[in-house]
Amino acid sequence: MNAVSAAAASAIPEAGFDWRPIALLAALALGALPLVGSPSTWVTLTVAGLAMGLIVFIIASGLTLVFGLMDVLNFGHGVFIAVGAFVATSVMGGMAGWTMSPQLLPNLGAIFVAMLAAMTVAGAIGFAFERVIVRPVYGQHLKQILITMGGMIVGEEIIKVIWGPQQIPLPLPESLRGAFLFGDAAIEKYRVLAVVVGLLVFAAMLWVLGRTKVGLLVRAGVQDREMVESLGYRIERLFTGVFVVGSALAGLGGVLWGLYQQSVVPQIGAQVNVLIFIVIIIGGLGSTLGCFVGALMVGLLANYTGFLAPKVALFSNIGLMVAVLLWRPQGLYPVTSR
Amino acid sequence: MNALNRLLSHDLPKSRWLAAALVLIVIALALAPFLFPGAKALSVAAKMLVFIVLVASFDLLLGYTGIVSFAHTMFFGIGAYGMAIASTRLGEGWFAVAAGLAAALAVSLLLSLVIGLFSLRVKAIFYAMITLAVAAAFQTLASQLSDFTGGEDGLSFKNPTLLSPSFEALAEPLFGLAIDGKVITYYLLFVAAALLFLLMLRIVNSPFGRVLQAIRENDFRAEAIGFRSVVYRTLSNVLAALFATVAGALLALWLRYTGPDTTLSFEIMLDILLIVVIGGMGTLYGAIVGSVLFVLAQNYLQDLLKLGATALEGVPLLGAVVTPDRWLLWLGVLFVLSVYHFPTGIVGRLRAARGADPR
Amino acid sequence: MTALLQLQGVHTHIGAYHILHGVDLDVPEGEVTMLLGRNGAGKSTTLRTIMGMWRASQGRIDFKGRPIQGQRTPEIAQAGIGYVPETMGIFSDLTVKENLLLAARQARRAEDLDTRRLEWIFGFFPALKKFWLFPAGKLSGGQKQMLAIARAIIEPRALLLIDEPSKGLAPSIINNLIAALRELKAQAATILLVEQNFQLARALGDSVAVMDDGRVVHRGRMAELADDEALQQRLLGLSLAVHQ
Repeated sequence: MNAVSAAAASAIPEAGFDWRPIALLAALALGALPLVGSPSTWVTLTVAGLAMGLIVFIIASGLTLVFGLMDVLNFGHGVFIAVGAFVATSVMGGMAGWTMSPQLLPNLGAIFVAMLAAMTVAGAIGFAFERVIVRPVYGQHLKQILITMGGMIVGEEIIKVIWGPQQIPLPLPESLRGAFLFGDAAIEKYRVLAVVVGLLVFAAMLWVLGRTKVGLLVRAGVQDREMVESLGYRIERLFTGVFVVGSALAGLGGVLWGLYQQSVVPQIGAQVNVLIFIVIIIGGLGSTLGCFVGALMVGLLANYTGFLAPKVALFSNIGLMVAVLLWRPQGLYPVTSR
Repeated sequence: MNALNRLLSHDLPKSRWLAAALVLIVIALALAPFLFPGAKALSVAAKMLVFIVLVASFDLLLGYTGIVSFAHTMFFGIGAYGMAIASTRLGEGWFAVAAGLAAALAVSLLLSLVIGLFSLRVKAIFYAMITLAVAAAFQTLASQLSDFTGGEDGLSFKNPTLLSPSFEALAEPLFGLAIDGKVITYYLLFVAAALLFLLMLRIVNSPFGRVLQAIRENDFRAEAIGFRSVVYRTLSNVLAALFATVAGALLALWLRYTGPDTTLSFEIMLDILLIVVIGGMGTLYGAIVGSVLFVLAQNYLQDLLKLGATALEGVPLLGAVVTPDRWLLWLGVLFVLSVYHFPTGIVGRLRAARGADPR
Repeated sequence: MTALLQLQGVHTHIGAYHILHGVDLDVPEGEVTMLLGRNGAGKSTTLRTIMGMWRASQGRIDFKGRPIQGQRTPEIAQAGIGYVPETMGIFSDLTVKENLLLAARQARRAEDLDTRRLEWIFGFFPALKKFWLFPAGKLSGGQKQMLAIARAIIEPRALLLIDEPSKGLAPSIINNLIAALRELKAQAATILLVEQNFQLARALGDSVAVMDDGRVVHRGRMAELADDEALQQRLLGLSLAVHQ
């Protein structure tokens, strides 16, 4: 038995995972049950909330890693969401044969192709964005905010040039319309798909971050960039990679969001921007798990308040953010900084 | 000379070109109703005045204190809505104006205090994002509470008699201009803008202002010397908010209308950012030069784009890009280029050109 | 004896502050060189300048005969220098295992770690084996220091730069530390060790350089300095001798 397995065998098992934020999430969901009243409605709302939350997680996860690792504030993350959504409209519009089919497989195929296209285009734009816009302003937060915001405006306008300024419908493929019925509870089929995709992305991220050396580098770099360099790694090469992956994920999220809303507008990026900022603040800048829990909270809360008190819905996010920051000023899972 | 120095709180333009430009601007704005006849020209001038106050107050926050806040348009809107709601509910007249302004200032004071004290305790990056979220929420709120705010359509109201367009101050035209309520309103704006600007100049050149700049340069060191930086930054936040509120009230008086698009839209926030960057951060004069150039460009360049659009009609890509609808595209590109290549703004360039003291 | 690392006339500016005023230093191969001096003398800055975190504004730094001043930190580390900063640089959210894995550039997974070397490390740092799966942030100060040093030696390095390892540690742990460093010495490692603890310095050092005000004011053998009380007083003042 080599030293590593010997150590693993004899080592004291680690304890002390911080369950509290997850408990809070569960409490939120369960607490809504008596308020909503009927369990079937609650199930519908909860699934909707989880779906929305997971989509938001996909989009926000890239942003929080970029910030944690590179200390870069990308206020233009929304542009990748928009690009992804619009590419989806073109792709799925062109694949009418598959989307109109009543069978599941061609439908899923069409969505899959749209996702791939969206991720590729968004990732490519992310590469250009990082090289041209972000790189010159490393370390200067103010300029980053201004420039990335400018980048998003320009991006949004270019989208209007290519696809036009009006709303474009993005209808769901045939077999994904409608809902499953469990007794009284109606669970929309598409939302189930969103949840599945979201969980897959989360699992993939956890795997890469936890089980590969690259992931290790990213996690260490988020904590202490200088020390990673002292260990002999050129961490700047990692930056571009992380940025591109983050952009691609945002593109993927854009596709899912567009399908969720069944329509796409050029302002979609700016709209979701505010939401993802709230999520990554709640989660803790740089923390993937925090982003996950935060996104689910936001998704659930949005759906519960949308049902219970629609006028309050918009403020529910801000209220949640305030409440979390009062409890933990650095977010749910603060990343121990350098 | 000494009197001018005192008036400008010893913060001189420090550049011959800048001084000349400023003098030109001040004279042009002062005599605008006489020099540039026509409703549109006067509207452009009035908008310049409002923006000067609005952007200068933002420069106080960003350029002098180093705080990025996206909630500035919110305070702008509070001022405008305060005026509109008071005039609609209390009936037009000076009492409504005073009450509206007072109420708006009170709300802004409270809100900026709360946001400042809460958010400035967290990291600066959080603050920027939080203000973005708050501003978005406020904009939606204004649209939702339609009974109160007129929703998407906004509120139209009447001004006090002296300021209403139909009022005739003098029977005979003066220098060829009929002095009606509109002109009087314009001069109210002019005087107010001038006073507010000079006040801001005084503030940034006072000991308080110098502490702000120390904090902007090096938060840690300022704290070590003993300044409670949170207190100062909150105060700066509050002051900037109050000035923006007054700017909003002035705009409302001019337009006799307030809606979510006139004050709260994100595009206005971008305009402010653009002007402050192009004009020159941390100079206050940048707000004057920048606002004038920007409002001129916004109004007359769009006409230029329209010409370009008709000329390029049918040309595939260029035609879609050179059109007044894509004004924001050009703005965005200009913005990005300015941040890279023009970090000190126009004022900074003018001052450097003269070989004068770099700021 | 050849100097593995050589500094000549190195000046470092940090912002507006001129910290190093022309540092001349030789680190002979196969020896432990102590870098001593009061607080603020510039010892840590010297190490950081060697590692490329601060750029030397003037002067030469040669490693294995080739200049490294002006290079970026990753390149310098890859040339074969291991660095243990004063703050230890432990990644608190990563486990002990992950910290070591990261430090082992050749290993792609934990299973690839050199087993014999790891056993050797466990030999004088048994706590690391015990807390293998713990997040490093939960270790005690002394254990963190051990992990920091273990990271620097998980793979052989031509030169080790260690900054005040005994700072804040209990005497018993310091003894542990001395034993570990003695082992390294026995393996002919080249170490540049910054310390304020004179006892540790005397126990381990072969050569010594004393810094004051950003300059090296004395260079020589540790044995000479250890025997010369008057010289000790003059160079280091009472502050160091007290740390018995």
